[in-house]
Amino acid sequence: MKPPKAGLFWGWLFVLWPLLVGSAEPTLRATGDLGVIVERGAGRVVIVNTSSNSVVQRVEGLGDLSHASVVFSRDQRYAYVFGRDGGLSKIDLLRGVLDKRIVQGGNSIGGAISQNGKLVAVANYEPGGLKVFSADTLELVADIPATYGDGKLSKVVGIADLPGDRFIYSLFDADQIWVADVRDPKAPKVEKFSNIGKSPYDGLVTPSGRYYLAGLFGEDGIALLDTWQPQQGVQRILANYGQGEEKLPVYKMPHLRGWAVAGGKVYLPAIGRHEVLVADTLGWKETGRIAVRGQPVFVVARPDGRQVWVNFAFPDNGFVQVIDTLTGQIVQTLEPGKAVLHLEFTPRGEAVWISARDDNKVVVYDTASFAKLAELSVESPSGIFFTARAHRIGF
Amino acid sequence: MGFPDKQRGRRSIFFGKAVGLGSAALILGGVNGGPLALAEDAASLAPERARELVRMVRQDCGSCHGLTLRGGLGPALLPENLSARPLPALKYTILFGRPGTAMPPWQPFMTEAEAEWIVVQLLRGFPEESQ
Ligand code: HEC
Repeated sequence: MKPPKAGLFWGWLFVLWPLLVGSAEPTLRATGDLGVIVERGAGRVVIVNTSSNSVVQRVEGLGDLSHASVVFSRDQRYAYVFGRDGGLSKIDLLRGVLDKRIVQGGNSIGGAISQNGKLVAVANYEPGGLKVFSADTLELVADIPATYGDGKLSKVVGIADLPGDRFIYSLFDADQIWVADVRDPKAPKVEKFSNIGKSPYDGLVTPSGRYYLAGLFGEDGIALLDTWQPQQGVQRILANYGQGEEKLPVYKMPHLRGWAVAGGKVYLPAIGRHEVLVADTLGWKETGRIAVRGQPVFVVARPDGRQVWVNFAFPDNGFVQVIDTLTGQIVQTLEPGKAVLHLEFTPRGEAVWISARDDNKVVVYDTASFAKLAELSVESPSGIFFTARAHRIGF
Repeated sequence: MGFPDKQRGRRSIFFGKAVGLGSAALILGGVNGGPLALAEDAASLAPERARELVRMVRQDCGSCHGLTLRGGLGPALLPENLSARPLPALKYTILFGRPGTAMPPWQPFMTEAEAEWIVVQLLRGFPEESQ
């Protein structure tokens, strides 16, 4: 008699326990201070909290994340992860689970979310083009192959959102910039700009969404489109910044996304040179260049614009340098760890998170004192993305 | 700048392109049969260095060719993509890069034997990183 009764008691307690304890005071959490870090090799992302500098949860099963990037839904609940293998994963940050996942292409480089938050666009290398999905269901709503010449497909790079539910991007193999208006996804309107310069490798839009800049790999200079006055066509700025000198071999393509627009100036990585280029955002003339430790990969402004942080390509990828935008001088050189791949500021910039891939860690620094605030153990970390991106044009 | 052996490297690549198909069978046969020279090179590589090279290929080459080497900005480097290319052309591509493309020269960071070791591993199916 006794054992079965005891079993019953424990059985019921087991069943009721969550109700007795859990439901009385459900733990609420918000997502405004969360973010995700990509664990590059493991096909996993880590959800982190930037108020407590801690790991919240890990979400697995995301495929090849070697060049993964992330955008957020406008309610900051969902993270869309664009994987190298063409995977598009939607992660629920509130519940800490993978909500949906599709493999939409063979090989992709990144994506963007529309102004109204309803559409997610993926830029594909293979097959070259843009695919647009419902942000809600991840159903395909538009497919825009990057066709050029006699029917070839170009790799698509440097995608960003523009006001008016448009996406702007560059065609690496075709030397073009396209603007796709997908307000009516069944009949997307595409405006094309050709001969913009040789081999655009990435792009950014300025914080207002007005200017699009595409960095050129095949020649010196940056292609600039004023999207308020597209009829003026694409201009070349910072032409001949290499002054005809042979550039150094480039071991990693620089990234432009991640605004480096601060105090009326734009800070850009010089390709194949140990320099950050500075131009004013009114006349787009070069106003200076800053010698740095190696070839810049990310050149990112702290949200208030007072500092610009720079990381570097192999073999200088153990360093991070900080430029004071008032003086144009380097004020700090840090060595966060081996193979620094990315950095991301907290929403108002009091701290910065830096991933050191080969040390399997993410280091958090105070941006005023440069003191180390925390170190998180993360396996081969690459990109770091905080939900504050949800409300910024171009992210 | 420029490396002393650049010209030789380039010529090999063009030579390779011209006779690519013809020599494919030879090279393949060579790799599968495991010619002595290659086997020795691979064997003489210290395990520590081999691990470093595997990591370098997966991570640093991977930033253009993909972590799984299925391609990205650079083409896929899987056996089926490379088997038709002559081994020396691949080796010199790695050492000296391909001028006019995004493929950079890796000669400052590895020896010729190490580049050859990488090519052999690529042709066999590149090893995973051991964490
Ligand atoms: C900055 C980008 C980049 C990096 C980093 C890079 N590659 Fe490449 N690689 C390319 C591109 C682009 C091509 C294609 C060149 C062309 O168009 O002929 C290429 C071509 C090659 C080829 C020839 C493939 C073929 O089908 O002929 C080999 C082999 C190769 N890379 C190996 C490597 C190895 C090994 C590394 C690392 C040690 C590496 N690459 C790093 C961009 C890169």
